[in-house]
Order: sequence, then C-alpha cells, then structure tokens
Amino acid sequence: MSRDPLQLVLPGFEQELADWRGRYQAQIGEDPVVRNRSGIEIRPLYTPDDWTGNRYLEDLGFPGKPPFTRGVYPTMHRGRRWSQRQLIGLGTPEDYNARVKCLLDSGGSAISLIPCNSVFRGVDCDEVSSSLLGTCGTVVNTVSHMDACLDGVAIAEISTALNDPSPFTLFAFLLGIAKQRDIPWTRIAGTSNQSDYISHFVANHMFYRLSLPGSRRVLLDHIEFCQQQVPSWNAVSVVGQHMQQAGATPAQAMAFAICTAIQYADDCIARGMDAETVLRRFTFFFDISISFFEEVAKFRAGRRLWARIVRDRFGVNDPRAMRFRFHAQTSGVDLTRQQPANNIARITLQALAGIFGGLQSMHTDGYDEAISCPTIESAKIAMATQNILRDEAHLCDVIDPLGGSYYLETLTDQIEAEIEDLIKPIDAAGGMYNAVESGLVQGIIGQSALAFQERIESGRQKVVGVNCYKDDLEDVEPSPYRPDPIAMERLVADFLRHKEQRSKRGTRVTLDELARAASSKSENIFAAVVESAAAGATHGEIVACLRAELGFGDPLIVP
Amino acid sequence: MSASVAAPPARVLVTKIGLDGHDRGSRIVASYLRDAGMEVIYTPPWQSIDSVVNMAVQEDIEVIGLSSLATDHLVVPELMQRLRSAGLGEIGVIVGGIVPDSEHPMLLEAGVSNIFGPGATREEIIACVADLAANTRSVRGTDQESD
Repeated sequence: MSRDPLQLVLPGFEQELADWRGRYQAQIGEDPVVRNRSGIEIRPLYTPDDWTGNRYLEDLGFPGKPPFTRGVYPTMHRGRRWSQRQLIGLGTPEDYNARVKCLLDSGGSAISLIPCNSVFRGVDCDEVSSSLLGTCGTVVNTVSHMDACLDGVAIAEISTALNDPSPFTLFAFLLGIAKQRDIPWTRIAGTSNQSDYISHFVANHMFYRLSLPGSRRVLLDHIEFCQQQVPSWNAVSVVGQHMQQAGATPAQAMAFAICTAIQYADDCIARGMDAETVLRRFTFFFDISISFFEEVAKFRAGRRLWARIVRDRFGVNDPRAMRFRFHAQTSGVDLTRQQPANNIARITLQALAGIFGGLQSMHTDGYDEAISCPTIESAKIAMATQNILRDEAHLCDVIDPLGGSYYLETLTDQIEAEIEDLIKPIDAAGGMYNAVESGLVQGIIGQSALAFQERIESGRQKVVGVNCYKDDLEDVEPSPYRPDPIAMERLVADFLRHKEQRSKRGTRVTLDELARAASSKSENIFAAVVESAAAGATHGEIVACLRAELGFGDPLIVP
Repeated sequence: MSASVAAPPARVLVTKIGLDGHDRGSRIVASYLRDAGMEVIYTPPWQSIDSVVNMAVQEDIEVIGLSSLATDHLVVPELMQRLRSAGLGEIGVIVGGIVPDSEHPMLLEAGVSNIFGPGATREEIIACVADLAANTRSVRGTDQESD
C-alpha cells in the first residue's frame, strides 16, 4: 500500500483526490453507509488509491492461465459462447421432449432435466398424490421414461445436465438409453447437476433420500464409476446456488461452495483417487443475484481463490485441474410475484452479471417463475434474453470487459478476503461435512436469510412492486403452468403396466445384487444401480433398496 | 393473577406437507411468530397429512401455518378434510408462499382462513395468527385458563 510509487507516476494525485473528497462532502448531504449483500462497505469512488494494478500478474494474469481471474479459457466468450442451458422440467416425458425440442430450436445449445419433486423425494409416480405430479419437474421413473424424454435428441452430440441427486438414477437411465441406442458411454458428456448432497442438506431443498454418510459414499462411488466408464461426465457439480437461494450472501455462497468442493476432493483423495484427475472434472453451479458488481466480483474472486486452493491445499499444479468452470442461474429469489413482467428486466441484469463474471453455461429464469414452473411463452422469452445478450449487445467482443475497473478489482479483492475468512471456521469445524452435520452452516445461512428479509420489510432494500412503486391495478398474474391431469393419469397407468410386464425375476436379481453391493461397505454400488435400471427397476425401487442398506436421511432443523 | 387476564401465547404449528423442501419462507415466518411471543412448533418439510393431524392433537395446536413454494398447496384440501374428520375443524389454517390467484378459491372453499403471498408483511401475518388462535380458543371454551 505504499503511496510513493503512485505519487511518482501520478504527480498531483493526492491533492486532486483530497480536492474531490472536499467537493463530494460539501454536496452530498446525508451520506449513509452503503453495504452490499455480503456486508462489504461500498465507497462512493474508487481510484488508483484503492487498486493500482501493481500485482497484475499475480492477481489477474491472462485468461486461460492460473489464477484464471479473467477467465478459465484463453478465448472465453469471444471464442466459444456460453452454453445456453435452460433448466427444463415439467409434466410427462412427452411434455419434456416437446419443450426441449422447442428450446433447442430457439437457441439452446445444451440441455438439462429437472425431475418431478416425487423423484427428489425418492418415490415413484404411483406413490404420491397425482395432483403433485409433473407440476415442477418431469416424472422420470424408468429407462423408458428417459427414452421418451430424449426421443430424437442426439445424446452423443449434446451436453446433458441431470438434476439428479444421489443415487443418480437419472444418470443410470441415460446410460441405459445410450446402450439401447448403441452409443458408447465414452461419448456421453454432461453433468450430474445435483450431485452435491451437502448443499441439499444445507438448503433443505428437495430431498432426503439417503442418510448423510450414505450420500457421501454413493457420491464417491459415482465419481469413481464415471472416471472409469464415462470419462466425459462431470460427476461433481458443487451447488453454491442452493446456499444462496436459501439465504446465504453471495460471499457466503461462494465460500461454502468452495468448502464443499474441498470436502469432496479430500474424500476422493482419502479413497485413493488421484487428486489431479478428480479435480479436472469438478464443476460448480451458482446463483446470480441482481447485486450486479458484487456478483461479477464473486465469480472472479471464487475463480482466483479456487486456483490457489487447488495449488496450495492439494499440491496440484496442472492448470486443467485448477479451472473453476461453472454454470449459473439467474436468481429466483430476486423475482417478484408482483408486476411479473418486471422480472424480464431483472433477469437481463442478472444474466449480464453472469456473463461478465465469465460463466461457462447459463440458465435464465422465466419471468413467471415466482408463480410456477415456466410456461412455454415465458421459457421462450428467457431463451430470447440470452440470444439478445449474446448476439445483439456486443458483450462477447472483449474478455473480462470489467477487469481493471478500480471498483471491481477492489471488490474482487475484498470478496476474496471475505471468502477466506468464512472458510476458516469451516476448516476449524473439521471441514464442510462436519460443519453441516452440526448445523453450523445452516445457522449462518438462516441468519442471513432473516436479515435480508428484514431489510426488505424495513424498506432499506428496495424491491420495485413489493415495497415501492406498488400498483395493484397493473398486477395481473400470468396463468400458472399445470400439467394435463389426463396425460398424468395415463402415465401412472402405463407405469403400473410396466411393473407388471417386465421380467420380475430380472429386476429382483439386479436389485438383490445392488443390496449386496451396498451392504458390502467397500464395493462400488454404481454398476449395480445401472444394471438394475437397465433390467427395468424403477427409481423408487432403487432408492428404497439403498435406503434399506444405507439409511434414510433425516432433515436437520436449525432454529 | 390480575383481573385483566393476558391471553396465553398462541400455539402455532409451522410446517410443510407434500413433496417440496424449500424452507426459507417457513423458517422466516416461524421466527416472526416466535419473536411475537407465540409458541411455535416448527417441523422439517415433507410431513405427511397424518403426522400433521397427530401433531395438531398432541401439541394442542390452535393455528396451522402451511408453507408452499412448489404446488404443495394442491394437497391442502385433503388436509382440511382430515382435520375435520379428526374433530379439529376449529383449528385455523393459513397457507403462505406461492399460491396462484386462480387457486385461491379452491383453498378458501376447503376452509383455509387466509393465504399470504409474496409481499405479505410480518404484522399482517402475526395479527391473523393471533385472531385465529383467539377464535380457536373461544370455540374450545375457556376451561383450560382456569388455573
């Protein structure tokens, strides 16, 4: 922080700065402290007094080389646009298929699949109230459901993200259809987008299908299986998004995601896997809030810190293993039920922050997502938003275009320091697994959620249409998406017929083998999951079998 | 004690039924009610309708607050039916979260007292729960207050 060089390079700087400060204070009047969502105090002006660029090579460097602050690839979006990967999950497999094809025709370049909440709960479509089927995700319980979802979709050519928590039955179904279509598994590329069981336990989002220790083991089995048999598959996606949606600040979400990634890497190494090979396939998944500069800084800081952690904690120096590749999703928490069309503006800004943050893959929300799963109309607008940002706005011309901004670089440094501070108590607790088991992380996130809500209620955080600029007359709600109940009844009837008509013996033999592998403690169960699925076993049966062996997860409630 | 008997704190069950586990909203509302001095029984998500009815009996619940983000309100009418069959029709039930306008009538007709969507304030929710608790108590009679 020596001032002398600055005075030498910029004679008169100090005097001009003092002069501006005087004029600012004379004019501003009341000037309350401004803090961003991560609690960092934001000053009115940033100058070479805050960030000089004298650590350019150590802290920023060039795109495609550690510490990757300016991007993980040399060409970034100028060379390869981000994957336009909308989360899709609705209705029956046929409904899903129609939606996927429509979005691929409208600019999508990768796909994702969100299953129905019944799948997240670990049960089949015949075990829950039919009114809840397919409202927020697609009912996928068998290989044939997956086949219908991806009918006519070239699964060897496109990257597929499956929102598929442990024990990864959707992935098993995908491998099943690859086999049926004579596609070698080595050509299947994509991501297990919800493999991060820790984030599920933290954010309580969707499932407690297996116990915490059971989930830990199954994830390692999954990683190992993919390494050996499906090498282009990203078995780990660390989901900071869940934490932020549950209330974590941007810095907290990044910190907890990094702690989670450290935990998974430690676990893989403890099992005897090669750190470099494992880390090369790690990916991340984040939320993009509307706190624009903070989000850009969050991504840059996370990218830099992760590269340093891979080098310093794991002693891995291969740049490919230090790359912080991530998918990001515009934040649903920022969207409002009030005046829903305003959400299009919010989503655009969030997406812009993600693009400037250097993401590899993006989902933009539908403007009606504060009301329901997106309708086809809103899903098309969300895709068009990405198309406009990519093709019309000249955003891809320059790599890391905000890099070098005095403000953004200062903020990137500050958020990085904040993340490092947040990692310390997690390390002290013995790592993320222990910190989640004890409720430490959930407590921190709960406090942040409450504090944020209080800022909205007090009006300190303005939300247009919610606590200011309210307009009840204009407030017309779009119709929510609801699946066709007749199609859903037919799906359940077909499913019951499938269970009757399949080879009962074949299914039983493979499920017995799965139970045996699970009870063996040391055997990798994943091959048996794939075999069971191929033999016609259903999602619910596979989960039930593993629950019996590995235990059922009880949610941990932190007051 | 004194002649002006202070009402005992409302006994509220804050819970989620159905398939979804997003609990940010229910946790915040539970904190609000607790801070307002109410007795809050908070559960993890994914309660079965049976377990909600059982808890309502065992915990002497006066108001049930159900949180729904991802369409779980669609099974609330079934819960209302079961509460009535269990002789608990006096319990006030409110739903908070994401309930599209077009589905409000279905819930209100099933006996839900109030629906709080995005933008509902802490004060509105607390006032409503206090009223419903007072109502439940008056239906049940005042014999429990005699000590």
